[in-house]
Amino acid sequence: MNKITEKGYLSENVVRMVVEAPDVARKRKAGQFVVLMTGEKGERIPLTIVDSDEEKGTITIIFQVVGKTTTLLADMSEGESLFTVLGPLGQPTEMKNFGTAVCVGGGVGIGVAYPVIKALAEAGNKVIPIIGARTKDILILENEIRSISNELIVATDDGSYGVHGFVTNVLQNLIDSGEQIDIVFAIGPVPMMKFLCEVTKPYGIKTIVSLNPIMVDATGMCGACRVSVGGETKFACVDGPEFDGHKVDFGLLMSRLKTYNDQEKTAMEDYRCKCNDG
Amino acid sequence: MTDKKKKKEKIPRQSMPEQDPKVRAKNFDEVPLGYTEEQAVLEAKRCIQCKKPTCIAGCPVDVDIPGFIKLIAEEDFIGAAYKLKETNALPAVCGRVCPQEDQCEKVCILGKKGDPVAIGRLERFAADYERESGNIVIPEVAPPTGKKVAMVGAGPAGLTIAGDLVKLGHDVTVFEALHKAGGVLIYGIPEFRLPKSIVDAEVDYLKKLGVKIVVNAAIGRVKTVDELFEEGFDAVFLGVGAGAPVFMNIPGENFSGVYSANEYLTRSNLMKAYRFPEYDTPIVRGKNVAVIGGGNVAMDSARTALRLGAENSYIIYRRTEVEMPARIEEVHHAQEEGVQFKLLTNPIEYMGDENDWVTEMKCLRMELGEPDESGRRRPVPIKDSEFVMDVDTVVVAIGAMANPLVASTTPGLEMNRWGYIVAKDETGETSRKGIYAGGDIVTGSATVILAMGAGRKAAWAIDEYLRFKEQGTR
Repeated sequence: MNKITEKGYLSENVVRMVVEAPDVARKRKAGQFVVLMTGEKGERIPLTIVDSDEEKGTITIIFQVVGKTTTLLADMSEGESLFTVLGPLGQPTEMKNFGTAVCVGGGVGIGVAYPVIKALAEAGNKVIPIIGARTKDILILENEIRSISNELIVATDDGSYGVHGFVTNVLQNLIDSGEQIDIVFAIGPVPMMKFLCEVTKPYGIKTIVSLNPIMVDATGMCGACRVSVGGETKFACVDGPEFDGHKVDFGLLMSRLKTYNDQEKTAMEDYRCKCNDG
Repeated sequence: MTDKKKKKEKIPRQSMPEQDPKVRAKNFDEVPLGYTEEQAVLEAKRCIQCKKPTCIAGCPVDVDIPGFIKLIAEEDFIGAAYKLKETNALPAVCGRVCPQEDQCEKVCILGKKGDPVAIGRLERFAADYERESGNIVIPEVAPPTGKKVAMVGAGPAGLTIAGDLVKLGHDVTVFEALHKAGGVLIYGIPEFRLPKSIVDAEVDYLKKLGVKIVVNAAIGRVKTVDELFEEGFDAVFLGVGAGAPVFMNIPGENFSGVYSANEYLTRSNLMKAYRFPEYDTPIVRGKNVAVIGGGNVAMDSARTALRLGAENSYIIYRRTEVEMPARIEEVHHAQEEGVQFKLLTNPIEYMGDENDWVTEMKCLRMELGEPDESGRRRPVPIKDSEFVMDVDTVVVAIGAMANPLVASTTPGLEMNRWGYIVAKDETGETSRKGIYAGGDIVTGSATVILAMGAGRKAAWAIDEYLRFKEQGTR
């Protein structure tokens, strides 16, 4: 059982949670994730470890409320305990001084990008984070990222804050401005990662994406998370979650993410009914 | 021959009542219902109590078979369970899933002229009787030795060795990556073949013996084996199983609706997706389900598909029924329930719709050629025999391979070219001092009881190692 020590909303439906998991906190590296369950009858869902505090023995997770499990999770309060936290899982981000690294985070993916930005800065890179959201109100972690990088670029789709436009445009402009970019990390919704890879491909800029397929055990046992990378089947849980974005079959990833759409709707409706009855 | 002996042989082998196939194909309740006390006693009386019993040698964990059967015949059912537990930490499991027909019952002397004693059913009876009576005997444990042993993986091998070593007075901790102990007994074997409450009860028994079980601990990730030694463990046993799925690498295998058997069964068994939405984990409830493979896991998958509401559940196997690795009983159960066997058939491609959902499967018909290295006749494709079947769910159950999570993070641990850990047959010793291994991670996919047998051998070896170590440090 893992106690929730802090919980708060970063935007209307994005939650930040600090959870006790001392062994995970001690061991985890940027790019890794945990699998958690809210209760005994719950699903196992993977969430990126955004940050950790070794002394306090805690890890930080950030998630968007999208389905039943994330709703259940968001309904839990400080002091309550999660049923399980398993981790750290996945390969850590390959980290070194690349030179200039652009790290793009979109939507709740900014939370996933944060530990990578932090590690890139610590490894001596010149880090240019680009963070984007649909609108200003749902932009998260701006201050936290600004505090570890002085070259932050913010974009909103509706122009309510920062640059008006998509992060893809911002990246294109940055390339056009003559900035020498050695590596790009693209982390966010699948279409965003796909389009960012299309931006960087003609320039041959190495682009790493962080994939979020459906997982069950997340230790390489079940193969639910298989993705096609360069024509080869890989398991995101043990081979990833980060891959060379220019080789990823994003179409297949998007299709597989929709496998349980109907059941997810059923689960949510069932849950809402029960809540209303109660 | 004495009259008494003749009389004994006249009792026919007692059959075990089962749920009706039509009814059970729609529920997840256990299929065989177990012996009544009367049946058990009758069956036990069939045993002629050989002076030199051959059955014990047929058992990988050396259960005193005539001993426990004699106690059943004398109606001392609790005594029989106690006798079983002297050598077998998981009798209720073994009574259900051991391939007795290839082990103890195969060498039973009665089998030479008629039917062997139903050893498995009697084992199940005694273990169930004890559990249901609530009168669980906890044997005495030796005084603490002060030695700490870690088991990695709470499957059949790890649980067996944990039970053995804790009884010898060692301080035993079992680390399990999943959120429940039991390994394949929990995630792999379905409820209708092995109720999970039974596995829980056997794990509970080990806890009462003093075994510590730490779930949600993926060794290799959260801690390495070397870190376990640093924490003060004196020996480590690796019983992590062959927990990585094998796919065929044919086109369309990544479409939605195509599962590994590991995923399909884990969703249904461990996560209880068959009770969705009461449980949150979903599973695809296909109408036309093709299960690829001919082993026990394939049978479990095909029978699970029926229970999830499939109109057609197919076993697609490239050889014939004779070569099937599944237990005859499992094949028989699947056939009774309406699983359709498409033999001498091999898939070569899956076709999907615009959403990348599997809709069809292209197959080749096969014929049997010359024997291959396994001694079974090799399936050879028949030219121009391609045909297409409508399917909306596919379960690939063609075996498993080594999961590298632990071995790859343990420097100096010798592995073979398939990634299995190299360990001595008789002791489980690996290339690293103090590290032992057994079960599927050494042998490749095998049976629960063979993993338990490996655990048993390693237990003696570890005990000896720990005692020797103690002398050495004096």
